[in-house]
Amino acid sequence: MTQANSAAKTAVAPPDHSKANKAIGRRNLLNGLIFIAPNFIGFLVLILIPVIQLFYIGFSKWSAFGDPVFNGLTNWRRLSHDSNFTASFINTIVYSVVHIPLTLAIAFALAVLLNTQLKGRAFFRTVAFFPYITSIVAAAQVWNMLFDAKSGVINQIIKIFTGGWAPAWMGSTKWAMVAVIIVATWREVGYFMILILAGLQTIPGELYEAASIDGANGWQQFWKITVPCMRPTLFFVLVTLTIQSFKILDLTLVMTNGGPGTSTLMLAQYVYNVAFTRSDFGYSGTVSLVLFALCMIVTLIQFWYNNKKEK
Amino acid sequence: MTAASITPAAGAKSPSADIPFNKKPVSPAKIIGTVIGYVAMIAIAAFTLLPFIWMLLASVKPNNEVFMVPFKWLPSVWHFENYINIWTKSDMLLWVGNTVFFAIIVTFLQVFTGSFAAYGFSRIKFAGRNALFLVYIATMAVPWQSYMIPQFKMLSSWGLVDTRWSIVLLQAFGAFGVFMMKQFYDTIPEELAEAARLDGLSEFGIYSRIVLPLSGPSIAALGIITFTNTWNDYMGPLIYLRSQNLQTIQLGLKTFISQFNADYAMIMTGSVLSILPILVVFLIGQKQFIEGIATSGMKG
Repeated sequence: MTQANSAAKTAVAPPDHSKANKAIGRRNLLNGLIFIAPNFIGFLVLILIPVIQLFYIGFSKWSAFGDPVFNGLTNWRRLSHDSNFTASFINTIVYSVVHIPLTLAIAFALAVLLNTQLKGRAFFRTVAFFPYITSIVAAAQVWNMLFDAKSGVINQIIKIFTGGWAPAWMGSTKWAMVAVIIVATWREVGYFMILILAGLQTIPGELYEAASIDGANGWQQFWKITVPCMRPTLFFVLVTLTIQSFKILDLTLVMTNGGPGTSTLMLAQYVYNVAFTRSDFGYSGTVSLVLFALCMIVTLIQFWYNNKKEK
Repeated sequence: MTAASITPAAGAKSPSADIPFNKKPVSPAKIIGTVIGYVAMIAIAAFTLLPFIWMLLASVKPNNEVFMVPFKWLPSVWHFENYINIWTKSDMLLWVGNTVFFAIIVTFLQVFTGSFAAYGFSRIKFAGRNALFLVYIATMAVPWQSYMIPQFKMLSSWGLVDTRWSIVLLQAFGAFGVFMMKQFYDTIPEELAEAARLDGLSEFGIYSRIVLPLSGPSIAALGIITFTNTWNDYMGPLIYLRSQNLQTIQLGLKTFISQFNADYAMIMTGSVLSILPILVVFLIGQKQFIEGIATSGMKG
């Protein structure tokens, strides 16, 4: 598009094309850099440089004072027999493996629901999105009170059905993770619902009309039209959701602080703990690199998978 | 799944001749699908709203009724005065003031630098543009949690920890704003800028006189999203801010919760107040908010 623009420029420029092109190229470069500079300088210094530094810090010894000192693979050997790291890694995976399909399925179902002619869907869309804009601190606090083992509303309801038994939620190493997943799903479903809905609305209605004339039922239309048309959207949603799940930090930090024990300690919170409670910045960099790698691997696998499917 | 039976044209059978006045004969499958659809919608809406309703009611209950067994929804006495007392019991006004200050500065910087850079990426063809943009996109996939430590050490070596600068710098230069604005600028016809260029308008003139006036809705969307993110940010202030007089609403609320840990009604009052402004912002700018998210995702 912009090539056409510079081509148009050369048409009115003096006959010496190569010289004119060079001048335009120089001017465009200057203009482009001027426009990008205010954001890029901030971005470079505050994001890009720290990301690059991470690769050195992860292989260094660095305490509260002084500069990082390269120590090769020492941190990585330590990682291999650090039970807290193993726990946080496994917790993050367990959380993601449950949270991702759960959120995706509910968000998809809700988006399909909102893509119909049902009355009140605008109100419903607003309501479903509420939790996503609610602050983590307030959300975690109210859910903690609802999940209260002795006299919380949730357990009072459960006890009606089970005749007195109810999970201990935040007081139990098994149930705390379940509670975290419930709250995280409650919070994020509305957001992914919006992304999926936007994708659904780009599917031309004629496809469904043609299919129903050909006698395809709703179930067949769903699998043969909706799902294939939604692949790019679902791909984007899956990548976002996966990365969002891997990097979970503030919800568990506020809601359970990783406990009881290490039962809800997540990778990102371990990074935070190692850095800010133990002042072991080098080792926290190593754990950060694991988190970084996890997100990158998933992104790459999904890119590769999507490319393959499209061929 | 109910999903299948309620896709747009689902269940529309060929018109049957024996019901002449009914233009669209409704099949039983469609009725069932609609009923299931409504039931699901109401159930999910109730589940979603329940914590909010509970929070609101708990905030005006006497403390001993918040955890009553068996639970009661409505308080015996309505303590609306909690919403007045909290301003003297806590530094709520200071927290709100600090947070509004951060949110406004960050939103302004994000919108200004983001739209400026997006114009460069979208409308000026220069060497290395695509490679540079790829770097932006790639860092969007890198979680902040993985580089927060080097970033913290860097800002602390500059002596910016526990200053207002730290939060502003932390939030203002995200790749998200650039990405979102570029998505929008790409849809503006090139001919508009082209005509202006032939008339001798500079790139900055084209940006400020032609492109910027057209981008009201996307700027509103980016502004609302950034404002919400900054208002709700907990980790940034937690790591960087120590002084009492710099506390933001999220940080203050967390401290308040641990100080008044038995004053349940007061805690819920604080929680309601921390959500309320964002709720209002969201309800006013809902259209832009949701459209902005739908076109570009959101920094999470």
